[in-house]
Amino acid sequence: MFSDFSAAELSAIFAMQGFAGLILFAVFVLMALGLAIIFGQMGVINMAHGEFMILGAYVTYMTSNLFASHFPQLFGSYFLFAIVFAFFAAALLGALVEWSMIRFLYHRPLDTLLATWGLSLIMQQTYRSIFGAREVGVVIPDWLMGSYQLTDMIEVPINGLFVMVLAVLATLFVAALMYRSRWGKQVRAVVQNRPMAGAVGINTARVDRLTFALGCGIAGVAGSAFTMIGSTGPSSGQLYIVDTFLVVVFGGAGSLLGTVASAFSISQSQSILEFFMGGSMAKVLTLLVVVIILMFRPQGLFSLKVRR
Amino acid sequence: MDHSNDSKPFKQTRRKFLSTTVTAITAAVMMASMPMTIQAAAPATAEVNTTGLAVTDNTVKVGILHSITGTMAISEEGSVQAEILAIEQINAMGGVLGRKIEYIQEDGASDWPTFADRSNKLLRQDKVAAVFGCWTSASRKAVLPIFERYNGMLYYPTFYEGLEQSPNVIYTGQEATQQVLAGLDWVAEEKDAKTFYLIGSDYIWPRTSNKIARTHIEQHLGGQVVGEDYFPLGHTSFNSVINRIRLRKPDVIFASVVGGSNVAFYRQLKAAGLDMTKEDFTLLTISVTEDEVLGIGGENIAGAYASMKYFQSLPNENNEAFVKAFKERWGADAVIGDVTQAAYLGPWLWKAAVEAAGSFDVDKVRAASPDIELTTAPEGYVRIHENHHLWSKGRIGHAQRDGQFKVVHETEELMEPDPFPAGYQ
Repeated sequence: MFSDFSAAELSAIFAMQGFAGLILFAVFVLMALGLAIIFGQMGVINMAHGEFMILGAYVTYMTSNLFASHFPQLFGSYFLFAIVFAFFAAALLGALVEWSMIRFLYHRPLDTLLATWGLSLIMQQTYRSIFGAREVGVVIPDWLMGSYQLTDMIEVPINGLFVMVLAVLATLFVAALMYRSRWGKQVRAVVQNRPMAGAVGINTARVDRLTFALGCGIAGVAGSAFTMIGSTGPSSGQLYIVDTFLVVVFGGAGSLLGTVASAFSISQSQSILEFFMGGSMAKVLTLLVVVIILMFRPQGLFSLKVRR
Repeated sequence: MDHSNDSKPFKQTRRKFLSTTVTAITAAVMMASMPMTIQAAAPATAEVNTTGLAVTDNTVKVGILHSITGTMAISEEGSVQAEILAIEQINAMGGVLGRKIEYIQEDGASDWPTFADRSNKLLRQDKVAAVFGCWTSASRKAVLPIFERYNGMLYYPTFYEGLEQSPNVIYTGQEATQQVLAGLDWVAEEKDAKTFYLIGSDYIWPRTSNKIARTHIEQHLGGQVVGEDYFPLGHTSFNSVINRIRLRKPDVIFASVVGGSNVAFYRQLKAAGLDMTKEDFTLLTISVTEDEVLGIGGENIAGAYASMKYFQSLPNENNEAFVKAFKERWGADAVIGDVTQAAYLGPWLWKAAVEAAGSFDVDKVRAASPDIELTTAPEGYVRIHENHHLWSKGRIGHAQRDGQFKVVHETEELMEPDPFPAGYQ
């Protein structure tokens, strides 16, 4: 396989392959971060996570249209606004869903699974009615497409770099919020012991709503970023949901570090195996390894206490 | 089991026997009393419908069965629009055998058992004379036993893997050899391609197409397949395979990636700096029509080549009239892909066969179908082969930034459909 290539070519390709793995890692982190908060901290199995991501994608699509028609001179930077809009749109909808549905279903994880699955169908059909059944083409500003020439032979996709930067920022933001802010302390308190948290004056209902909204908002950001690398259609969210749960469950529910570690190991093994043996086999082997590890460590790589 | 049911079969048969006799007598009386003038304009219902289909003196019912909800709605929407347009145009011309077509639309909901259930309803309850529908092979396979059991007629529009030939289906899209061979012959001739990288989604259509492609490349073109990769449906990260492709440096990337993966594949290919507008390599796809380009974005796929039998930009009078009518009916933004055109052929082929048979009876329509030709098809000229597929020309389109394809080649002769290609399996 490698005999026809010079050492320089090979090292260039391996370097690019390394970047490919890191980009996939960033994609997984962005996908899983929102769910890790919702599933990990609140114990809610949110099957509509993918649809919240696609909400972010559609917001990006609308923002791009808005800028193209009203502020064409700013079109190059619309993406930054779109990410902010996507966050707030998804977070608002998340808060609404929590208020109208999820809060009645705490302590009933299987019911949240069914209810949010129903919600995901409703959201898909809503997108289909509003935006049409076809996928929409989100026009990405030129500076985000194309590749960055690192050396003569090494080219790195710019959209991949952008996703990586975004993933790092989002992770730092969530980590700071969870472990450095007063609000994060409240969230963790509610997770550990709800009655006691309530007794010391924490408004647990409000904490729940904000936590759920934050998770959904981050899903929206992820969806916004994924318009650069994937499709935007009513059911595109389904493409991400399995991998997202895989990362969160494998990482251990409730652990931010676990999510990052799990995203890293799954993305690296998948991307390396894909390079050597092609897509379908890579997926099979990755899943096999995950299943075996989960047999011996059902709680995931890292585990913290989850609210009972 | 309830024993009181035991006598039911006999009763039912007797009742059925009675009712058929009564119907037959009534029909005979009606025919006898029918004035000759009306019979000349539109043949009597009893004459053109001997099997109890939903045909009246003025109307005939047909079914449209596609997914308008669920994942597949994205692809099937265009087919529904084309079939409705064709039916409306046929009605405006006076209908079929003097009868207006009424369509009953059912939603397959992207779910194969639902397709089976709805086709059951269309055939047994609504007694439709023909059904235009299905898109994925899985949905077709799900309805096939029902069409064969209750003797329905299905007009199936999608290009597909072949390996099937049912007396109850007319396949109006290309089967795999037509699409694959036309594309490979062209790229070998025109681009002097020697090495090929096959990449597809992991299910039967890409795998069958690539099997045919590999055989053709190795045995007939003297080329070499340097890689063959499959990805799960819905796969969204292609950076690793793009590096694999870089490593193998193929002359041609032969792509049959479908659905949402398509968007990811082309966007990432472009972002990785593999520029299809340059001459380094040729990307030849059999899975991207104008419909898919909407999601991918014309700027991300410009420079690729597609092997299809129809492109919206096809320069001929039939097509110009079709595109104009389609846009008037469904909006100026509408795009028309290969399958949409094939779906449009369905009602017209059925009309021609019914008129040749002089009857709506499925058996007679089937007997009349081989060699039915359509000179008004947007793609030009098509003819039904004895194996129920269409003779049609293969064409190569060059993707442009505006989302359209420029037709750069078409086969001189009509290509014979060959759903069971000898030597390729």
